[in-house]
Amino acid sequence: MTNILEVNNVSKFFGGVKANEDISLNIKQGSIVGLIGPNGSGKTTLFNSIVGTHPIDKGSIKFEGQELSTMLVDKIATLGLLRTFQQTKIYGQMSCMMNMKISKKVSNDYSRIFDKLPKELDEEAEQILSFVGLYEKRNLRAGELSFGQQKLLELAMALMNKPKMLMLDEPTAGINPTLINGIIDRLIKINDKYKITLFVIEHNMRVVMNLAQHIFCMAHGKMLANGKPAEIKNDKRVIDAYLGAH
Amino acid sequence: MLSDKKELSGITLIILFGVLSPILFPNYRIQLSELWIFMVFASTWNIQGGKMGYNSFGNIIFFGLGMYLCASTQIAYAFDLAEWTAAGGVKTFVHTASQYFIGLPLGLIIAGLVPALIAGFLGSLILGLRGHYFAICTLGIGIAAGEFATSVSIWGGGQGMTVPVWPKVDGQDLDFLGGGMNFFYTLSFLLFVSTFFTLRWLFSTRFGLILTAIRDNEDKAEAMGIPTMRYKVTGWVFSAFFMGIAGGIYGNINGYIEPTEVAFAGATFGVYMVLMTILGGKGTLWGPIIGALVFQVFKEFFWTFFLGWQLVALGFLIIVIVVFFPEGIMGWLRQKKPAWFGEVVDSKARLAQVKINTND
Amino acid sequence: MILLQAPFLNLQALLDGVMVGSIFALVAYGMALVWGVMNIINVAQGEYVILGGYITFGIYKLGVSPIYGMPFSFLFLFILGYILYRLIVFRVVDKDMFISILATFGISIMIQQFMNMFFGSQVETALTGLGTIFFFDGNITIALVKVFSFVISILGAIAVIYFMRVSKLGRAIRATAQNPRAARILGVDTEKVYAYTYAINAGLCGLAGSLVAMTYTLHPYIGLPYTVRSFMIVIIAGLGNIPGVLVSGLGLGAIEEFSAYLIGSEFRIGVIFSLLVIILVYRSKKLAKKREYLK
Repeated sequence: MTNILEVNNVSKFFGGVKANEDISLNIKQGSIVGLIGPNGSGKTTLFNSIVGTHPIDKGSIKFEGQELSTMLVDKIATLGLLRTFQQTKIYGQMSCMMNMKISKKVSNDYSRIFDKLPKELDEEAEQILSFVGLYEKRNLRAGELSFGQQKLLELAMALMNKPKMLMLDEPTAGINPTLINGIIDRLIKINDKYKITLFVIEHNMRVVMNLAQHIFCMAHGKMLANGKPAEIKNDKRVIDAYLGAH
Repeated sequence: MLSDKKELSGITLIILFGVLSPILFPNYRIQLSELWIFMVFASTWNIQGGKMGYNSFGNIIFFGLGMYLCASTQIAYAFDLAEWTAAGGVKTFVHTASQYFIGLPLGLIIAGLVPALIAGFLGSLILGLRGHYFAICTLGIGIAAGEFATSVSIWGGGQGMTVPVWPKVDGQDLDFLGGGMNFFYTLSFLLFVSTFFTLRWLFSTRFGLILTAIRDNEDKAEAMGIPTMRYKVTGWVFSAFFMGIAGGIYGNINGYIEPTEVAFAGATFGVYMVLMTILGGKGTLWGPIIGALVFQVFKEFFWTFFLGWQLVALGFLIIVIVVFFPEGIMGWLRQKKPAWFGEVVDSKARLAQVKINTND
Repeated sequence: MILLQAPFLNLQALLDGVMVGSIFALVAYGMALVWGVMNIINVAQGEYVILGGYITFGIYKLGVSPIYGMPFSFLFLFILGYILYRLIVFRVVDKDMFISILATFGISIMIQQFMNMFFGSQVETALTGLGTIFFFDGNITIALVKVFSFVISILGAIAVIYFMRVSKLGRAIRATAQNPRAARILGVDTEKVYAYTYAINAGLCGLAGSLVAMTYTLHPYIGLPYTVRSFMIVIIAGLGNIPGVLVSGLGLGAIEEFSAYLIGSEFRIGVIFSLLVIILVYRSKKLAKKREYLK
């Protein structure tokens, strides 16, 4: 099993704050990997570093062998690495269907930018919206959805783009607890059926333990521990990090 | 998006109005020409301001540049431009019909292409700015362009320059289409019609949708792999092209070009285009058109009956529009008659629960 | 190069620049205040300045020394600012910034035309009768009125800053600037704060305008350059940076004077606006290296 993502000694500073210090991790293609850690440990910063939202200060990030740290956000996305946001980002004034149709991965060559959206997109969009449970709401403005529903829309939009790897920032936060089992089921299906590698930041321990095959734990900007869910659950350092984070 | 039937009636109305109005209101042909030019102003501004969310106060530079370039081409085709300006233009030099009717289309083509190229270059520099920074930067460009044009002596500097007049044959105006006034009215109307159909097509493509995506969440668009700069700049190139030609036509209608009041009229036209679009409803195809119509009516009214106070009335109108009707006439219509837009207020969709079928 | 060969010209330009720049800094401070507290870019800023100038000019026309016009200019604009806030501006405070730009633009053109009607469109100055002093055998001339303006600008800025630090209203304004919701919860009447902030800004512009009337010239339609200058200074210095506003103001004044000497004063306006564009493009390109953008 090859590594689809390799993060080597990545550091990111914001002024004097060491948001990420010497982070290294590898993610195997086709796996589901969790990223946990108390608030402020630098998880979202790491995500931002990987997808190019900000440049990194030290280290290297390779996706399928390609160095990402010098690339811009949109280029990285076209390579097949997508992320969803903790504070949902969707196209608020457009309908859910439009959000979906715009998310399809197409060529941005000058010769293609004036193409019309094909009719088949509608069907594909409806299918995926149905998959995440938003079919009934497909014609509503995305801005009218609740926070949890927007999270689902973001997931659907990402699927529409057919990524190779999907980085999810707290996918179940703000979601009705009864729905969470459905989400876990969807994520496992996405990974299994569509062979999309998942890298998931989560605070909900039940979700992480049931979902991830491997877990990384961060604290204070550094990588603290990593291993299988069962190992991490009992790792004293991890427990201390969470309890001591008050 | 207006429903197809409503749109068809709208288009028919416009065409009828365009063809009949100069015949019915021959004394208002200048204002009518101006109306079509205003519609081009608003419709093209709408690409940046309405669809894309980039409020530009600088689109006027393409208008002004097109105006000067068209006139310069028309003149330079037959005479020496510097001599023309120095000798008071039309007072000394007279175009023959053939010179005129070759110089003019040449001028209009250049008036369209050069601003489009400049938009491509300038856009790559300043379309990285966002929000109010973009707005103020374009304001700066708009005003600076006017100020610098004031120093270009070959264009007559601060005094401006005259534009070639409609050719005469045996002392009478050449009777082509009924004379210069009709000719340029027709050009203005045709320009508007081509702008309208181009934009209608543009907004129906993926390109149009991406502009809206950029407006709603530019960061998300980038995160989804869209090279946003490409779309922003291309949109500006479209605007520049039509604005440039509009400038060329307007210069001919006006008869003379003055750098800050006529060509790079940032404080008047530059702001009007924003107001007209907001008044009509920004982001929609018909909003700018309705807005331009209503605005032109108000403007003529103010300038006729409130002369001396017309700017006060205009300022007041701006405040009223902006405070009470930020969604414009189209926005207001959308609330009142959603059926016209093919929108069904679906409370069923709003109340629906999210259902994940785990057997899928 | 001409600059190096003419040390007196340099010094003259520098002195003139710093003295006019102090007025710019005063206006910029007011703009930063309104921007920082209410998130509004007051496009009518320049018109408030010119109007303040006309008030002082009016006093001068009555035979009184324009120096006594300063408090009247401040007060008139303070009250006008308060009224305009309560009538118009409060409606756009919580909306998109672009809406407030347009709304204040509407106010600005109304004021422009009022000024044109009441004061006419000829260029005016209010003469103070303060002399000129000469240095270096007449190679450097300093109009004392410019020195006076400089001193008043600095004092005015200090007065407002002190007021902000010490007075109850000042503290309420600073609290609201930092967190309006929290301020409201703690009992601050934010609408009142906004109204007084806008009024103070207008008053400052009025005072600056009074100085402009005495030191330079007035015309109904030269407000916009003052607006643009203050905007530029604020974006160079940054919103909370008071000393930065002063330095940038003085610097901008100096640049304007130097460019007036080098390429002629008819390009003054063109230079200001071009500078604005260059600064913005430069700033954004620099931030783009960090993959950020101007907020």
